Amino acid sequence: MTLPARLAETREDFLALGVKDRLQLLLEFSNELPELPTRYADHPDLLERVLECQSPVYIFVELDDDGLVHMHATAPAESPTTRGFASILAQGLEGLTAEEVFGIPDDYPQSLGLGEAVSPLRVRGMTGMLGRAKRQLRERVAAA
Amino acid sequence: MSAEFDSAAKFAEYAHPERLVSTDWLAEHLGRPGLVVVESDEDVLLYETGHIPGAVKIDWHTELNDPVVRDYLNGEQFAALLGSKGIARDTTVVIYGDKNNWWAAYALWVFTLFGHDDVRLLDGGRDLWIAEGRPITTDAPEVTPVEYPVVERDDAVVRAFKDDVLAHFGKPLIDVRSPEEYTGERTHMPAYPEEGALRGGHIPTAASVPWARAAAPDGTFKTREELDAIYRGEVGLAAGDDVIAYCRIGERSSHTWFVLTHLLGFENVRNYDGSWTEWGSAVRVPIATGHERGEAPAR
Repeated sequence: MTLPARLAETREDFLALGVKDRLQLLLEFSNELPELPTRYADHPDLLERVLECQSPVYIFVELDDDGLVHMHATAPAESPTTRGFASILAQGLEGLTAEEVFGIPDDYPQSLGLGEAVSPLRVRGMTGMLGRAKRQLRERVAAA
Repeated sequence: MSAEFDSAAKFAEYAHPERLVSTDWLAEHLGRPGLVVVESDEDVLLYETGHIPGAVKIDWHTELNDPVVRDYLNGEQFAALLGSKGIARDTTVVIYGDKNNWWAAYALWVFTLFGHDDVRLLDGGRDLWIAEGRPITTDAPEVTPVEYPVVERDDAVVRAFKDDVLAHFGKPLIDVRSPEEYTGERTHMPAYPEEGALRGGHIPTAASVPWARAAAPDGTFKTREELDAIYRGEVGLAAGDDVIAYCRIGERSSHTWFVLTHLLGFENVRNYDGSWTEWGSAVRVPIATGHERGEAPAR
């Protein structure tokens, strides 16, 4: 199992920073979370709520015709931490194969050095998000 | 050097009107010497997206807790924290936050453990300030560190531990969690992460009064009359009662502690911060399930 390049890079970026700057980087991720594609915005039923997160965040994982993964997420502006978590994963999973996603260690969120900046309890929300993304992807693969 | 009190008519009805300020009051007093505004949120990044001009941030997870032991800061750590935020012992501190001031009330309660004299809440919190179209900024405040004295934390007056609760049976207990948590159907708030209690239910004899019943739809506190109807009328609390409030980790019950202590004037209210994450996992403590309060265990 090797960590996909984008996620590895994100981890290096976080770990290179001091605790306060890690929060700023998380905020940048939060601001970069794209709007949902309209095909999902119009179909809230397709989205799955991540119950492990304290704020309302919904994700949808897509497996395209070429077998590549795209993760979409939406969370309110009042929940920047959750948006940041979703953005890290959405960017990190973008364009990977299903096998590559399954290979991401489940404790990846704990390895970003955010425990100190954000608290371990809050980081759990991101772990839940990754777990749900993988589960959705297994369902997509099974259905493909 | 404390700032004048807010003389709003609504507050005058409360037992301690000096513990609240309105958004109008704060808008008028921002930037006055001797006043520090503190934002304390559930979301650790929310402050960074925009805050009341000049406000400093205090995060409960990363700043008010001891990094190792499940406990609050000690006197030295608290002095260093407050000094670094430009708060002196005689500073008027106004705290506000997201989610109806849960975390703001929690921070205020921690300040109380250290006997900080003049600490107030912004009625309506962050949401009301923003809803009213008042200014927010992402500019970092200019903070001049000051000296804050080392004061020993006093856990006797407003804080209860598990053993205190065990010795409390027969006196009023208030469970401020959601009805589902109270009955034991779940061990965490609806839609919130599982925080690891091994059993569901409530402390026997505790009355269920979800914290949110004290809040109006705009996040401000309900009026004195409305609050009296709930806590004195429905629950039956009476003057002189010794009350312990709890929730899951002590944050929502800080909100209720604030209401009972400062708005309704009960003088012996303690917050059990170990709350359900401790009680629901502790060995051999009594638990009741369902809607009934349950019986106090025989001694």
